[in-house]
Amino acid sequence: MRAGLYVHIPFCRRKCFYCDFPAFSGRRPGAVFRYVQALRREIQMVAEALSGGDYPAGRSGPERAGALAGEPGREPARAFSSVYFGGGTPTYLDTDQLITLLETIRETLPLEEDAEITVEANPDPATLTPEKLQALASCGVNRLSLGAQSWQNHHLRALGRDHTAEQTEEAAAKARAAGFANLNLDLMYALPGQTLGEWQRTLERALALSPEHISAYSLIYEEGTPFHRWLQGGRIRPVDEEEERAMYDLAYALLPQAGLEPYEISNFARPGYESRHNLLYWQYENWWGVGVGAHSHFANRRWRNWTTLDRYEAAVAQGILPVAESIELSLEDEMVEMILMGLRLAQGLDGGAFHERFGVTLDEVYGPIIDRLVDGGFLARTAGGGLRLTGEGRPVGNAIFAEFLDPVPVFRRNGSATRPVLRGGFR
Amino acid sequence: MAQIRNFCIIAHVDHGKSTLADRLIEYTGALSAREMTDQVLDQMELERERGITIKMQAIRLNYRARDGNEYILNLIDTPGHVDFSYEVSRSLAACEGALLVVDATQGIEAQTLANFYLALEHDLEIIPVINKIDLPSADPDRVRRELEEVLGLNASEAILASAKTGAGTEEVLEAIVRRVPPPRGRLDAPLRALIFDSHFDPYRGVVAYIRVVDGQVEVGQAIRLMGTGKEYEVTELDVFRPRLEPVPRLVAGEVGSLVAQIKNLRDARVGDTVTSVDRPAETPLPGYEPAKPMVFCGLYPVDNEEYGNLRDALEKLQLNDAALVFEPETSAALGFGFRCGFLGLLHMEIVQERLEREYGQELIATAPSVVYRVLKTDGEVVEVDNPARFPPAAQIETIEEPYVRATIITPADYVGPIMELCQERRGNYQSLEYLSPERAMLTYELPLSEILLDFFDRLKSKSRGYASLDYRYLGHRPADLVKLEILLNGKPVDALSCIVHAERAYARGRQLVEKLKEVIPRQLFEVPIQAAIGSRVIARETVKALRKDVLAKCYGGDISRKKKLLEKQKEGKKRMKRLGTVDVPQEAFLAVLKVD
Repeated sequence: MRAGLYVHIPFCRRKCFYCDFPAFSGRRPGAVFRYVQALRREIQMVAEALSGGDYPAGRSGPERAGALAGEPGREPARAFSSVYFGGGTPTYLDTDQLITLLETIRETLPLEEDAEITVEANPDPATLTPEKLQALASCGVNRLSLGAQSWQNHHLRALGRDHTAEQTEEAAAKARAAGFANLNLDLMYALPGQTLGEWQRTLERALALSPEHISAYSLIYEEGTPFHRWLQGGRIRPVDEEEERAMYDLAYALLPQAGLEPYEISNFARPGYESRHNLLYWQYENWWGVGVGAHSHFANRRWRNWTTLDRYEAAVAQGILPVAESIELSLEDEMVEMILMGLRLAQGLDGGAFHERFGVTLDEVYGPIIDRLVDGGFLARTAGGGLRLTGEGRPVGNAIFAEFLDPVPVFRRNGSATRPVLRGGFR
Repeated sequence: MAQIRNFCIIAHVDHGKSTLADRLIEYTGALSAREMTDQVLDQMELERERGITIKMQAIRLNYRARDGNEYILNLIDTPGHVDFSYEVSRSLAACEGALLVVDATQGIEAQTLANFYLALEHDLEIIPVINKIDLPSADPDRVRRELEEVLGLNASEAILASAKTGAGTEEVLEAIVRRVPPPRGRLDAPLRALIFDSHFDPYRGVVAYIRVVDGQVEVGQAIRLMGTGKEYEVTELDVFRPRLEPVPRLVAGEVGSLVAQIKNLRDARVGDTVTSVDRPAETPLPGYEPAKPMVFCGLYPVDNEEYGNLRDALEKLQLNDAALVFEPETSAALGFGFRCGFLGLLHMEIVQERLEREYGQELIATAPSVVYRVLKTDGEVVEVDNPARFPPAAQIETIEEPYVRATIITPADYVGPIMELCQERRGNYQSLEYLSPERAMLTYELPLSEILLDFFDRLKSKSRGYASLDYRYLGHRPADLVKLEILLNGKPVDALSCIVHAERAYARGRQLVEKLKEVIPRQLFEVPIQAAIGSRVIARETVKALRKDVLAKCYGGDISRKKKLLEKQKEGKKRMKRLGTVDVPQEAFLAVLKVD
């Protein structure tokens, strides 16, 4: 098993109207400085936990991160294979702060030599300077993810973005100049009032920058965001389902033509440039998130950090991992989650990995459901007992995912109370 | 016995019957002010919410009248809705008098009339009470005129009251004492007591509410129920104040409850006569006609594994609801369930709500149906209460459907629209009378099935809520009816079929498929909906397949949230029934009702 490190930077010049991530736009003096200090301490604590200390426990009490430390008879811990700076706007930090964080990580945590290190950035020139880009590149950051979103400035304004399409193009050029050979552009469709033609132009202009990777998301109206409120209040009208489908189809037509193959529902990459960090999520491996509101999944445990700066910093100051909630996953939870994540991938859910983890095959657990969905043309069986969504199934994935949420009768009937396979941690 | 008065209160719904009862209880001190909750007689939560009384009860009031004598007044509560006229008539039989409550702002309504005639049939002394005189819009003079002209009552004897303020309460009590005759039974005759209601108590078994007509009954006495011939020993006798209070005996004229280790409600049938084993009466008291269910529907558990629990719940409900009948049935679409018979639509809704609320059942109810009488070509006559069980068209000679006489009282302004509605619903006009220049009484003969079809709602909307309705079963009459079948994905769904008038089959078929298209959500597959008569498809719609519904983002931090989202989606689906590959929401099975 592999693991990745996620680092959350919760600052933005302004918060976008659709964003529900922990991100703060108010500039409290010293807030960023204090946060970076806290992050460094948290990273230290993670290192201690990994080298044999405790890691976030739930009701059942502290659990030793034994597998990470290397237990007798087990392969010793290996290093993190990826680091991902997400936000917020990670490049809101100044160059020195970013470098300090990167150095802290390298000095404290085991990191694979060729680890993928991604930094998300906003194209606005205030936070993304050529100097910052050069410094990041020279510190080993090898992947840059730019929030381009749209090539129509009126849509960017409506979304609450603080940059223009022209600035996106400039940012990409600066990134290339700084030596970034792995560039992602985030794009959004199904925006209120967006036409199919506008979306086509966005895709074409994005492709003109020859990115190695594109994430194309349909807009989600997340609860608690201004967009959600406006939708409820009838102030904005969502794109209708047919139109949204046409936009989805357009992305699936244009991007592969340009050599970007879909490898996940919303993600396209030139072969070999798939995001290694994000693959960890979809393959349901391990990830440790540091920073405000960051989520982690290690072995059979999922936890999340405090979502306010105050609580987060207070915990860290006391030398406690800033965990707000930690749950131990049941075997059924893990099965469902592994399927929900795995089915998102174009290659699908790995039947072998499922069997290795749970000691049963997918068909043993979900046989009739799978048969029905395969017959309907929404699912396909893959070599090795795996499953993937077909082209028909992918755009309506929720209806298919939902089928797998059911309890697992066959599995329960067999009464496997003990975990059938050695699990968790690095192996 | 000369000091006993047994009376009930009859009224149109919302005319203030329960509130008046509260005032009488309060005035006579049967409950202290602290114990008094509004409308104490309406015990069940549901009754409270809907403002109607379902289950009657009796209560003993002690009253010192102006003549200086102490009287025992037994107030027997009655339900006020048309569905429950059966229960009304049971309680009337236990009384000698009735307070006829009429709202001073509204006047006589359809159920006022219906209840008045029931009381007349039982030969009760009727005391009109004009209620709500405190309201600014009260018009007691108009109501008086209506009482005289429509009911032929002596309106000068009507009591003006406000159950809300308590005005007139004493006059009502005095009128009961003076005008309601005392019970006429013979104390020395063999015991005869009428069971006018009963309920099942998990600790004591059946509690039978009785009115002793002749003789007396004592704790420890051996009794026989004359209808079933079964014998029991009385273990407990109580009176209601309104809580049960044990007494050693009940004598002729008195009202109370009897416990005798009767295990099953069916063994203590309402209307049966209790007599003594040692000295039995020769003839029983006149009984009641058993309640005849008029409306039927299928009740199915959403989850087939709940079938046993649903049966248990229905059995328990039946313990306290003699009018509810049910028998197992199976549907190709819905699996195992029950065909249930009800007195009317309100009764049906109440049973469904109680099953869901009190027994936690998740139900699918099919559209209600009346009982059709089908004469087959081979001469056999069958009664069919489920459209799915209709004989094939080729075997049908004639079909008869139940008709009712409907009485509608409405402000005169709405006579036109209401006549149109009745006409639309295949009604035969009978009469139009004016109660006053402003208010009219319409009489129509209507097929009962047309009343099941949201007639009441439409009546209310055509009259801005002012019209009132009452109906009585008339008999079965021949009609030109056909069975309309609904097909989902090419397969007939038995639970969606319905019987309609031939002339309107096309229109209904179209409405039905359109309504179903609205309520059936998009799914993975396209779902064709067809309406057919026999093999002839007369209407078609299609629910388009889902086109785009997938979480755009699902990264490490999203799992638990997105899973919850999907679970919510799934939860919605669980409330649906999967027919073949189609998920059908419960509303679909009632869509037949909602079209118009």
